[in-house]
Amino acid sequence: MLEVKDLHAYYGKSHILQGVDMHIDAGEVVSLLGRNGVGRSTTVKAIMGEVPPHGTIRFKGKDIVGLPSYKIAHLGLGYVPEHRDIFPGLTVRQNLLLGVKDTRRPGKWRMEDMLDMFPNLAARADTPAGVLSGGEKQMLTTCRTLMGDPELIMIDEPTEGLAPIIVQQVGDLIARIAQAGLAILLVEQKLSIALRISHRVYIMGHGRIVFEGTPDQLKANDAVRKEWLEV
Amino acid sequence: MLELIVISTLNGILFGMLLFLLSSGLTVIFSMMGVLNFAHASFYMLGAFFGYQLSRWIGFWPALVIAPLLVGMIGMAVERYGLRNTHKHGHVAELLLTFGLAFAIEEIVAMIWGRSPMDYRVPAALDFPAFSVFSTNYPAYKIFMLAVSALVFVVLLIVLKRTRVGLVVQAALTHPTMVAHLGHNVGRVFMLVFGVGSALAGLAGVIAGPSLVTQSDMAALLGPILFVVIVFGGLGSLPGAFIASLIIGLVQTFAVALNGSLASMFGPLDPGMGPSVLTDIWNVTIAQIAPILPYLLLVLVLIVRPMGLMGTRET
Repeated sequence: MLEVKDLHAYYGKSHILQGVDMHIDAGEVVSLLGRNGVGRSTTVKAIMGEVPPHGTIRFKGKDIVGLPSYKIAHLGLGYVPEHRDIFPGLTVRQNLLLGVKDTRRPGKWRMEDMLDMFPNLAARADTPAGVLSGGEKQMLTTCRTLMGDPELIMIDEPTEGLAPIIVQQVGDLIARIAQAGLAILLVEQKLSIALRISHRVYIMGHGRIVFEGTPDQLKANDAVRKEWLEV
Repeated sequence: MLELIVISTLNGILFGMLLFLLSSGLTVIFSMMGVLNFAHASFYMLGAFFGYQLSRWIGFWPALVIAPLLVGMIGMAVERYGLRNTHKHGHVAELLLTFGLAFAIEEIVAMIWGRSPMDYRVPAALDFPAFSVFSTNYPAYKIFMLAVSALVFVVLLIVLKRTRVGLVVQAALTHPTMVAHLGHNVGRVFMLVFGVGSALAGLAGVIAGPSLVTQSDMAALLGPILFVVIVFGGLGSLPGAFIASLIIGLVQTFAVALNGSLASMFGPLDPGMGPSVLTDIWNVTIAQIAPILPYLLLVLVLIVRPMGLMGTRET
């Protein structure tokens, strides 16, 4: 479904991505792991066109390098950024509404389902989203992207800065998205959720993919974990 | 005195609403694109001149609709073919573009229409006194201006708060990249906002033209006040722009109308210093300092509360 070949990206003069190769099949849950600063976020930003990509990126067979973000989104690629960019002045409901790309074609995720799934969001449906807690914001941004009916959703660091119990809830939400048949690219630093729900994991180091395998293969491979993940 | 207060309040609100027609577009454009549009007041001037010319050809009422549309289209073209290309070179380039545009428009207007005031008159249908307060006849045209501005304000509010496009605009004010990631064409929204903002400035020009002076320096006269309004209100804040417009409108109108000076207020306490610099200050009337009041306010706001009345970001 998503194919990335020899992807390079730059911030000014620094060469952040130095030839990333990865692929995600339809309905597959894939995690992109690695320490801070190895280029995980930049990889998803480059796929979305937020950072200019150099190389090959194909989504559903179509070359998306150079396309503006909104067109990439319309192809069915959803992106939940790292900093939970909710629209603070708009209400929870309005935030969700903005996730809808085409009001004439209702998608498989409906507003009521979202609010049923998260009573916390339902209770605050008409309050400005700026007052939500970190966990609620994470649920809101993820749900907002789902409202656009993506076929592949890329979620960047959803558990960052959240309490363990909330991390558990975020994990449940991602598992539910996977059950619905969406492909997921989960960018994470923590192993817990990633190993629980992923079919496959990639590990990044120094702007490249340094390991690819199943969660079990990663668990068995102490050397890789020590070199690329553990602090 | 009561008469003065009533009339000045009406005039102040009117001037304030006109300022809001202009500052609303300017502040939204700034917030979305990070560009302080120096040419915004030029669009107001274009509106006045187009309004004048079109009302001579086809009458005031068609001009009231067509002139703002024309100005809006020019605004969209400036965004699409000017600012969008300049954007990749950073905000300074964009700023310089609008700066150059402001001068270019002023010179072009002067070339076509000359530098003297136009004979842009209140349409006959509105050329009568609406009512009298004490001994003053209040012109119907001013009530019309007030009504048009108020109507635009209400429509703007409804569009922003109740429509999907309005939501996209509000979201793009703070998070344009995220809005694009959700599949909205932010570039098109920018162009639209620039067009609507310019059209509103044009509309302000069409209706203000007959009442104020339609002349090639009118943009240069009003432009600085606009910046005061949006900085005072808080860059990017529409409610802030609204309140600041009314305050500046009222302050300026009252200051011009009042003839008080320190001497008249504290007359009996006159220190009797004889002629000196201080006696000059003692005798300066409020009307004389009226033109500098907005700028004093600007400086004060920047010192005391740099984000403005209702702004969220530091300027």
